[in-house]
This record gives sequence, structure tokens and C-alpha cells, in this order.
Amino acid sequence: MTTIHNLQASQIQTGDKLPEFALPITARLVVSAAIATQDFQDVHHDKAAAQEKGTPDIFMNILTTNGFVGRYLTDWAGPGSRIKKIRFNLGAPNYPGDTMIMSGEVKELSEENGLTLVHVEFRGKNGMGNHVSGSAIVQLADKGASK
Amino acid sequence: MSDPAVAALLELVTPLVNRRVGPYNGWNPVTRTQIWQWCMAMGDENPLYLDDDYRAANTDFTGAVAPPTMMQMWTMRAVNGDHGPGSTRQNPYEILAIMEQHGFAGVMAVSYDQTFHRYLQEGDQVHHYSTIIKISDLKTTGVGKGFFVTEKAEYMDQNNEVFAEALITYFQYQTPPKQPGAKKAAAPGKINRVHPVENQDTAHFWQGLRDGKLLIQRCTSCNTLRHPPQPMCEKCQSLQWDCIESTGQGSVYTFTVMHYPEIPPFDYPNTIVLVDLQEGVRIVSQLIDTKPGDVHIGMPVAMQIKEVQDGMSLPLFRPVQK
Repeated sequence: MTTIHNLQASQIQTGDKLPEFALPITARLVVSAAIATQDFQDVHHDKAAAQEKGTPDIFMNILTTNGFVGRYLTDWAGPGSRIKKIRFNLGAPNYPGDTMIMSGEVKELSEENGLTLVHVEFRGKNGMGNHVSGSAIVQLADKGASK
Repeated sequence: MSDPAVAALLELVTPLVNRRVGPYNGWNPVTRTQIWQWCMAMGDENPLYLDDDYRAANTDFTGAVAPPTMMQMWTMRAVNGDHGPGSTRQNPYEILAIMEQHGFAGVMAVSYDQTFHRYLQEGDQVHHYSTIIKISDLKTTGVGKGFFVTEKAEYMDQNNEVFAEALITYFQYQTPPKQPGAKKAAAPGKINRVHPVENQDTAHFWQGLRDGKLLIQRCTSCNTLRHPPQPMCEKCQSLQWDCIESTGQGSVYTFTVMHYPEIPPFDYPNTIVLVDLQEGVRIVSQLIDTKPGDVHIGMPVAMQIKEVQDGMSLPLFRPVQK
């Protein structure tokens, strides 16, 4: 069974950086994730159609960006954590050949019903600037609970 | 577009604001296969979603759990363009369609604001309702003139309980007329720093940096040091000069911190310093290995020559450890 690491409130403080995560953007990633997110807009799988619309190549769809943001947060906080809110702005598109570097920082810790809420600021930066930047609230795993 | 035309367009779309449309039904219940396909595409190995042993040991969930960010996916249209059976035929984006007919043909999503109330698990059945809640005035942005339009989406389960909600803001804008001949945009390349002009008067400085030295010009007539490089001594007008090698030690004379806009390839916040070099001249540079709040005037700094990109070495500065 998978080893489980759930982040505990005692292990983090305001100002902590989340580990960086580099995501190489490939056409295979853009297309497979577009289909997995049920997004059949041609700009996410058809290079000629994308170029007809004035972009140099196909590019990542928003639902995929959302999926990677979610993964980035729970990879860090663990499977017992829970994403309560994600807010982000979208910027430079993710084109194949580029790399997106996800980074983040703990901005605030608060408590709700005895559980710790971590307020995180994150960004995914590619060769042209910020692809995505925003903030999230992640509820940490309940230390005592087994179920 | 003239102001009366904008006013006429807003008159057309304003009555549609706050009209709640739906339901838009998912084609299928929440299934393990679709969760698997998503997790594989995203490389998401969170055991909560698909690891039955993990869930049995650690949670009350009985079936596969969907990543919360799959929220929007469950009611997406199928490849044939249709929403799931039983969905309303009303276009949730009628406002955007009207704007498109009036010359605002470009659309891009600019922001997402999502709240997740509960996880979905295998067997849940999703539908959503959509309401356009806000249209901005005509705005001018980098892509052109247009309107910011905010949609509220309520994602519900089979019991009509909201499991997630989102505010999604789009920018619906006037697309520029197509330029004949300019068919294909160039593939994006790596963005580099612009190399300053290297000529007869400055070549020694850049070559010095490539050799790992910061060179300061010295007038050989009156011994006055000068920087940046220039052909003539500003004190005695002599054209004769040589160079001394700087120790790279100095202090912050003044500084500014760039936050916005973020222009690649620089890291932000970007602290630009004017350094008082020990030798008595000043040099503009970038302060590295420090946080903007920690910088102060008079702060001792030391140079590090760094090859920031191929063929371009720059004298950067970092705080001196006390």
C-alpha cells in the first residue's frame, strides 16, 4: 500500500515554501488531459486549427490547469487533506515545448472546527510568464481520525 | 466601436443578466474510469481517489473518490457538442453569443474562484446551473477592447445539493482584423535578456565580465575613475584611459523593487540596486539572494559575476553575511 504522508500543522508555518514542481508541456499531455477533462475545443488538440485562430500551437485547457493546481496542493498536503477553495487568474498559455514551474508559499494558518486551514499562494510559471497564479485554502488532515 | 453601439449592445444583454439557466446534466454518473483517466493525465497519485485499500483503512468512502477539481468536467458537453440527456436547450452563454454577433468574437477565461463543499464518489450524478451575474463596462486590455463577464456555476448532485460552486470570469473582446500573409504565428522561443550594445567604447567592460572581472575605467591623465564606460574623462576631457579591476565590494546607495508587470526572464519581485562600489563609482545591478523587505540603504553587498545566459555575464550583488 502507498506510504501516506499527511502534513501536520506543527510542521508548517507562515512563509514556508511549497516544493517546486516542474511540468514539461508536451502535445501528448495537452491532448490527453483535454480529453480526460472532456474538453473537445479544437485549440486543445488540432495544431492547424489553433494556428488558424492565431496561436502558434495547441495549448493547455483550463480544466487541466485546475487539475494540476489541485494535484500540486494535495501532493504537498497529503491524501487526508482537503481542498476547500481555489482561486486563480490565467495568463500566458502553456504550449508544447515549454515547462511550467509550480511554486507556492504558506501565507496564513487558521483554524475551523478544530482543523487547520492553510492559506496558500501559488503560481505556475512558464517561459513567457505566469500561466496561472492564485490562492487556495487547504484543510489539513485530522491527526487523530482513522476513519 | 462607437459609444452608442456599445450602449445598444449593453441594452440587449443586460436583461439576460441574473437569468439562471439549467439544468445541464452529466452524460454519466461519476465513474471510476473517468476518475482514472483524469488521474493518469494529471499524474495524480493521491490514494484517496482510486486506492481501495487506502480508503478502507483511512476514510468512510466506499467507492472511488473524484478529485475536487474535476467539478466542471462532469457536465461538459460530449464530443458531439451536446449536454447530457434531459439538459435544457438554452445556451448558458447567450450573452457571449450576442456579443460575438456584435463584433466581440474573441473570448478567454481570465479567472476562476471555486469553493468545494464535498467530495463526489462513484455513483453520484451531477448537473449544474449557470447564471451570468455581472458584465463590466467596456474595458481596454492587452488583447483588445471588450467586456468582463462573470458566470456563477452551481454544481449539484442527485439530491440537488450544491457540492461545488464557481465564479468564472471571461473576457469577450474585439478580435483584430486578420493580417494577410501573417498566417502562422511563430512558435514561442525562450525569452532572453536583451544584451546591451557592445561597441568600441564598451567591449572591454563586457569582455572583462566574461573573463570574471568587473573593470572600472580610469583616466590615465588625471586618474579619475568612471562608470558606465565612456570614451572621454568627464573631468579633464582626456581620451586616454585604462582599467582597474573592482573588488566587487560596496554598499546599497539606493534601490527599487519591481513587482508588476512580471516580464520574463526576470525573477520577481526584482530588486534593482544602485551600488556604491568601494572604489568610488556607482553601478546599477540586481540584488539576489535576498527578500525585498530585507534590503536597506547602506547595506553592505558583494558582487558575484554570473553567466545569466549564453555569452552574457553580469555583475550581480548579494548581501554580505555579517
